[in-house]
Amino acid sequence: MDLEEAEEFKERCSQCAAVSWGLTDEGKYYCTSCHNVTERSQEVINTDLIPNAQIKALNRGLKKKNNSEKGWDWYVCEGFQNILCQQAEALKNLGIGPELKNDVLHNFWKRYLQKSKQAYCKNPVYTTGRKPTVLEDNLSHSDWASEPELLSDVSCPPFLESGAESQSDIHTRKPFPISKASQSETSVCSGSLDGVEYSQRKEKGIVKMTVPQTLAFCYLSLLWQREAITLSDLLRFVEEDHIPYINAFQHFPEQMKLYGRDRGIFGIESWPDYEDIYKKTIEVGTFLDLPRFPDITKDCYLHPNILCMKYLMEVNLPDEMHNLTCHVVKMTGMGEVDFLTFDPIAKMAKTVKYDVQAVAIIVVVLKLLFLLDDNLEWSLSNLAEKHNEKNKKDKPWFDFRKWYQIMKKAFDEKKQKWEEARAKYLWKSEKPLYYSFVDKPVAYKKREMVVNLQKQFSTLVDSTATAGKKSPSSFQFNWTEEDTDRTCFHGHSLQGVLKEKGQSLLTKNSLYWLSTQKFCRCYCTHVTTYEESNYSLSYQFILNLFSFLLRIKTSLLHEEVSLVEKKLFEKKYSVTKKKSRSKKARRH
Amino acid sequence: MSDFSEELKGPVTDDEVETSVLTGAGMHFPWLQTYVETVAIGGKRKKDFAQTTSACLSFVQEALLKHQWQQAAEYMYSYFQTLEDSDSYKRQAAPEIIWKLGSEILFYHPKSNMETFNTFADRMKNIGVMNYLKISLQHALYLLHHGMLKDAKRNLSEAETWRHGENTSSRGILINLIQAYKGLLQYYTWSKKKMELSKLDKDDYAYNAVAQDVFNHSWKTSANISALIKIPGVWDPFVKSYVEMLEFYGDRDGAQEVLTNYAYDEKFPSNPNAHIYLYNFLKRQKAPRSKMISVLKILYQIVPSHKLMLEFHTLLRKSEKEEHHKLGLEVLFGVLDFAGCTKNITAWKYLAKYLKKTLMGNHLAWVQDEWNSRKNWWPSFHFSYFWAKSDWKEDTALACEKAFVAGLLLGKGCRYFRYILKQDHQILGKKIKRMKRSVKKYSIVNPRLSY
Repeated sequence: MDLEEAEEFKERCSQCAAVSWGLTDEGKYYCTSCHNVTERSQEVINTDLIPNAQIKALNRGLKKKNNSEKGWDWYVCEGFQNILCQQAEALKNLGIGPELKNDVLHNFWKRYLQKSKQAYCKNPVYTTGRKPTVLEDNLSHSDWASEPELLSDVSCPPFLESGAESQSDIHTRKPFPISKASQSETSVCSGSLDGVEYSQRKEKGIVKMTVPQTLAFCYLSLLWQREAITLSDLLRFVEEDHIPYINAFQHFPEQMKLYGRDRGIFGIESWPDYEDIYKKTIEVGTFLDLPRFPDITKDCYLHPNILCMKYLMEVNLPDEMHNLTCHVVKMTGMGEVDFLTFDPIAKMAKTVKYDVQAVAIIVVVLKLLFLLDDNLEWSLSNLAEKHNEKNKKDKPWFDFRKWYQIMKKAFDEKKQKWEEARAKYLWKSEKPLYYSFVDKPVAYKKREMVVNLQKQFSTLVDSTATAGKKSPSSFQFNWTEEDTDRTCFHGHSLQGVLKEKGQSLLTKNSLYWLSTQKFCRCYCTHVTTYEESNYSLSYQFILNLFSFLLRIKTSLLHEEVSLVEKKLFEKKYSVTKKKSRSKKARRH
Repeated sequence: MSDFSEELKGPVTDDEVETSVLTGAGMHFPWLQTYVETVAIGGKRKKDFAQTTSACLSFVQEALLKHQWQQAAEYMYSYFQTLEDSDSYKRQAAPEIIWKLGSEILFYHPKSNMETFNTFADRMKNIGVMNYLKISLQHALYLLHHGMLKDAKRNLSEAETWRHGENTSSRGILINLIQAYKGLLQYYTWSKKKMELSKLDKDDYAYNAVAQDVFNHSWKTSANISALIKIPGVWDPFVKSYVEMLEFYGDRDGAQEVLTNYAYDEKFPSNPNAHIYLYNFLKRQKAPRSKMISVLKILYQIVPSHKLMLEFHTLLRKSEKEEHHKLGLEVLFGVLDFAGCTKNITAWKYLAKYLKKTLMGNHLAWVQDEWNSRKNWWPSFHFSYFWAKSDWKEDTALACEKAFVAGLLLGKGCRYFRYILKQDHQILGKKIKRMKRSVKKYSIVNPRLSY
């Protein structure tokens, strides 16, 4: 359209003498070959042709409206930047220090743009004769843009500070609108300038940005800062809507229009998956070529000793078990700084699944104490019950059966509530995504219809039942001494299951069974498959409980348990591979 | 389940249309659908959106089943988003599911009222073009259920004139149904007016006006109904009211044609009522016996236990043809084969009389024909000692008739017969004695005596 209108203007350009004019947003002519903007605007010419001033005014009005419908010109990476900005803001509201947003995440993102050749480099990747990107246009003047000193302490202009506003600045200042005419003529289109191209782009060695990847960026920054949020916490906060993720695009500035291919890029219809984000984190870390992360030492939240304590409290197990988990951590070497710290440039880049690992250690300790063969744990419970009846004044012995009964009830209730909440989750955004302008009214009509129906049914719903969302917490269960129906086992003792020998304590139970017999020899990450029915019911229950807490698949936890066992019984593994299932644990 | 859901289901043809619209082939395999879905996404994990919405649907259904209207409404609130599903199959199926579940919730929910239901129906009608007519019809039925005849009629008129989207064959039937329901409503007003008319004196000044009104109504109605009842289906209430109006205006041939067509057209599903209507009509018209017999013969084949069978028997008995006499016996036996008719005294009385008459007429073979297939189970079904006792206690007349039949069929040694015989009854004494004599003479167990 713009090109058509510009055809009336036949003068030569004062700078390059070409006759190739386009129209700017203000209705002024600009030269498409050298981007020189004339002082002449369309209206001036129009008055010559059509003397009727009223028609001219009308024309103008229509044109403006058309522009606002099209919105700004924006690039896909700006969309992701906006989402990252929202997420960082949300993390800040959760109590994470502002450095995460301003320094760490910001630098990671800049580095990503540079590595993927989208900005901060001499020849940005944009193809098909497109001129330098918006980002470079605007930022080429700042001194750090040409030579980014990543992860340095140089104070950067607050590029990410106020996402929406700074972006609107970029766009209003942007002098040359790239004509969208060619795009809207074809059937595939997008609201962003490079949406179509982006969704087709496949370049080897470049990690393409996706919405789940934004969480990988967030997690990397959290890890860098050694914040007290695990990956499972992060993903749970996403699911509970404390961190923008699904429909994050609806908070884009009004003028950033999304449709067509943008739908595939920004529309998300699934919650993030633990393993997926975990993989992406390593991928991004490696791609960014990041140096070794700050050490995870004993006083870090992510250290297994601290995480084990946290999860022991969460699932209402006795504090005394912490000694045993610490012991296992020490024996397996899983508390070592080198083991725990993420180093993307190392030969085999891998990071520890801190939360899964901590939970796996607890499972191993439970197996050491109670064997979990659907037999021993119950007979030990009988002993504990008898002892507790006789000695009511002493510190009670931990009774596995009682714990199981209470946990089972609490777990079932929680899970039921969780399933109900998921079923009620509202996925669709207030801004419907549509494929093309033709679909737009349909999409909006659908949305309006749904909103109206919901409004009608909301009068039938008990208003007290749907009151507000939960405030974010890293604990999902709450156990206190005061609550009488829900016994708190934190203070219970393990005396019933341990015996003294000399100076050290031994577990009464001297047997152990391994979760897996064989590990894959090939390079696949598969350790073992988890076939539920092959395992004891108590083991199943414990895996289900913990994997629910972390919102992961039970098989993933089972795998981690096997890995911990492999480390704990390393010698045994190499010697007695073919021996029977039960093995002695003489470690205490 | 409830009246309303019954109404929602509508006539049989309606449901057939529905499934064929959904799958296109008239068949529906839920397992196949899920299989196809997993193939389509290439074995990838189903999107959480799809998972949660289908979970949401089962929560709605569960809540409805448990009559938890409030919870159902809560889940329904979230389920509306399937209207925006990117999966076009699900998106297209959604309005119908939402309408069915939503209307059920609104029908029972304590906070719901007519107004909310009406708004809901109007909204749902206008989602796409697929469901407008169906929902309009069901909406009208809902209004009827609440006695809002005027609104129902207005609704149907609106639906009738609605023209959008493609004209499919299923739509044609729906339009016909809508018109027919409109006709039925007009019939209702007409018949009320007719009642008024019958109460008025002919000389009453209002008589003419009302009569005129009655007349005006009728032709509109007949036009509305007649289109529908030409399509194969079960249209009992429509046919009945249509015929009533035709008869009222003296169009007997027209009425007979409609009824004959309804009963005899092979494209129509087998429907006993069609034959009953036709028979009743013929009876009113005092049609020849042979004609009525041929109608009831078909009814006899479909429903041998129908109460009209006794009338049928009478007709057959009065007939001159011998084969009709044999059929008359068959019909009586047929009626008494059914547990619901075991205490029907008329049937027993007819059988007793007719058995005796047949045997007297030397048609032992006819009786044996009928009896052979029943002698294994009738004795315990009708003539046990238990029945003898309870029948005597409840209804001595019935017991007598049954005893007579038992005696004829099983001989004087049969328990039922002996039990009744032993009872000493003042009034029935004579009758029993007569019965004893007849049994001795005609009982099929000892045929020698009859000669």
